[in-house]
Amino acid sequence: MNNYKIFEPIRTAVAIIIALIIAFIVILLVSDDPIGTMTILLVGPLKATRYLGNVIELFIPLAFTGVATAFLFRAKLFNLGAEGILYICGIIATVIAIKLKGYGILQAVVAIGVASVVGMLLGGIPGILKAKWNINELVVSLMFNSIFFGIGFYILNNYLRDTDQSLVASYRFVEPGKLALGNLVAGTRIHYGLILVLIVALLSYVFMFKTKWGYALRMTGANNRFAYYMGIKTFSVIVYTHLIAGFIAGMGGAVEVLGMYDRFRWGALPGLGFDGALVALLGKDHPLKALLAALFLAYLRIGADIMARSTEVPSEMIAIIQAIIILLISAERFLAKWREKQLVKEAK
Amino acid sequence: MGNIWEIIFATDFIFSVVRVTTPILLAALGAIVSDRAGVVNIGLEGIMLMAAITGVVISAQTQSAFIGLFAAVCAGILIALILGYFVLEMKSNIILGGIAVNLFASGGSVFLLYVLTGEKGTSSSLASKVVPNINIPIIKDIPIIGEIISGHNLITYIAILSVVAVYLMLNKTPMGTKIRSVGENYHAAESVGINVKKVRYIALGLSGMFAGFGGAFLSMGYVSWFSRDMSAGRGWIALAAEAMGGGNTIGTTITALIFGFAQAFANSLQGLNIPSELITIIPNVVTVLGLCIFAITKTTKVRKVKANEKNNN
Repeated sequence: MNNYKIFEPIRTAVAIIIALIIAFIVILLVSDDPIGTMTILLVGPLKATRYLGNVIELFIPLAFTGVATAFLFRAKLFNLGAEGILYICGIIATVIAIKLKGYGILQAVVAIGVASVVGMLLGGIPGILKAKWNINELVVSLMFNSIFFGIGFYILNNYLRDTDQSLVASYRFVEPGKLALGNLVAGTRIHYGLILVLIVALLSYVFMFKTKWGYALRMTGANNRFAYYMGIKTFSVIVYTHLIAGFIAGMGGAVEVLGMYDRFRWGALPGLGFDGALVALLGKDHPLKALLAALFLAYLRIGADIMARSTEVPSEMIAIIQAIIILLISAERFLAKWREKQLVKEAK
Repeated sequence: MGNIWEIIFATDFIFSVVRVTTPILLAALGAIVSDRAGVVNIGLEGIMLMAAITGVVISAQTQSAFIGLFAAVCAGILIALILGYFVLEMKSNIILGGIAVNLFASGGSVFLLYVLTGEKGTSSSLASKVVPNINIPIIKDIPIIGEIISGHNLITYIAILSVVAVYLMLNKTPMGTKIRSVGENYHAAESVGINVKKVRYIALGLSGMFAGFGGAFLSMGYVSWFSRDMSAGRGWIALAAEAMGGGNTIGTTITALIFGFAQAFANSLQGLNIPSELITIIPNVVTVLGLCIFAITKTTKVRKVKANEKNNN
């Protein structure tokens, strides 16, 4: 049984190692100093407190979207809508934050609260469409990403835009040099959103594994027909899973905007929502393991950024690593023979 | 409102509907073939993107549009087969596999572009070639019809021929029967000696080929350069078109045309006094509405049939 338990972590580790080896081969092709480049990618973030701070700063939104997507994937709902919800809820948080500028803690609390609720309602739309009419949630969620971006960008350009700024940006919602979510660790930009995301992940874990709703959710994901015949109301499971995921993604958008910026600055979808899918997958759709996955991905991303700044290899290189990790981890047959051997050995 | 009608009934608008529909239609054909074999290819979006960059790069290297087109299509097939390997041999989840393809293409195409040109936005510094437009003799001289039908890009005509080919292949050939039977019930297909894996490889390869043509059209026909994420959701719209068309070639072609119409309409509204951010979402809104209308009418039909059955018993 012990070997069986450690199988999954080993498999994940092997997948990551293979991906890194392939990444190294690619670097070998494009870089003059492949070993130096690879070293920067792998240990670059450890070199300065500021870089480590960057890792945690990036971890926060990735953890939000990762936990949100873990709910959906756990129920076998392939919805990638966290991206659009993150964006539009960032806009909503900005609107409120501008209105409540100078109200201190109240500003952040109200902005995050309202954005989360809006995220929940918007996230529920594909859920109801799926539950009621079995409309493909993947396609709908992707269409909604573009729709939410279009509407959000329209609001930004027409109602929030500070025309004194050369780049796309909203009006300021905090005084210069301050951030709405404060500073948690001196010397970095880590903000109180970190504590919030840890609480959200913990509550998600409790919900998913210690309540009957979480049980229904997991059963629906494991086998929705079986769950249905067992008497689980799969209709409501699909809807509340979407509502929760939307709530968390919306909160993530608000926290990211208020925690990291003094103005809303996203002129395009930031991609953090799509990364949530990868985080959820790496974390095996488990809220706490998703935290580890988010930390890993954030580390890799910051490593890639440092690499792109100091070498000629672009940070998009990371896309290759990600694709290989997804393919290998989702592959049931990957290392299956090895596992079968282990099982046989134990039986003897 | 007057000028909106003027826009829609102009011949160049209908011409642009055909043009805009081309990549959606090609990707939708890919969606049909793969879905009918029971392995719906979610990676169409990414395959188009990789084909688009391949076409630009190879045509710039060889200075031949046709070698570029050929390479783009090969790239499409290759990626689809790699996806096939993971799904069929390694038992990856097809949806996650498709997501991996899309993530890879979005970053990988920019990576390739940067390594080759040092730019991350567009390939304008590469002297890539464009697949030529074709004027059809005789037809081009017919008023109105000639203006709409003639003068399109070669790939547009390939798309139209592909519709016929896919229809005939699925409905009139042994291969089509195999694909459909594998998609309907692969256990049954297996039991009569059909090589399920092989059929699915072929179906995925074909879907990659069609998406490859679609991607090549984007960078070598629609415009003459590659730009970051230029497939812009067309692969997803194609999947929606296929779902609404019920996996049927003619139905899917019609829905692809509807989405192409929405896109062309959005394009021509750019000149009017409507915020451009809202115009860009029109095709997406139409797609969601289309999916809803289709699914709602379908479920009501099913419910009616069930209710009738109950009454008869």
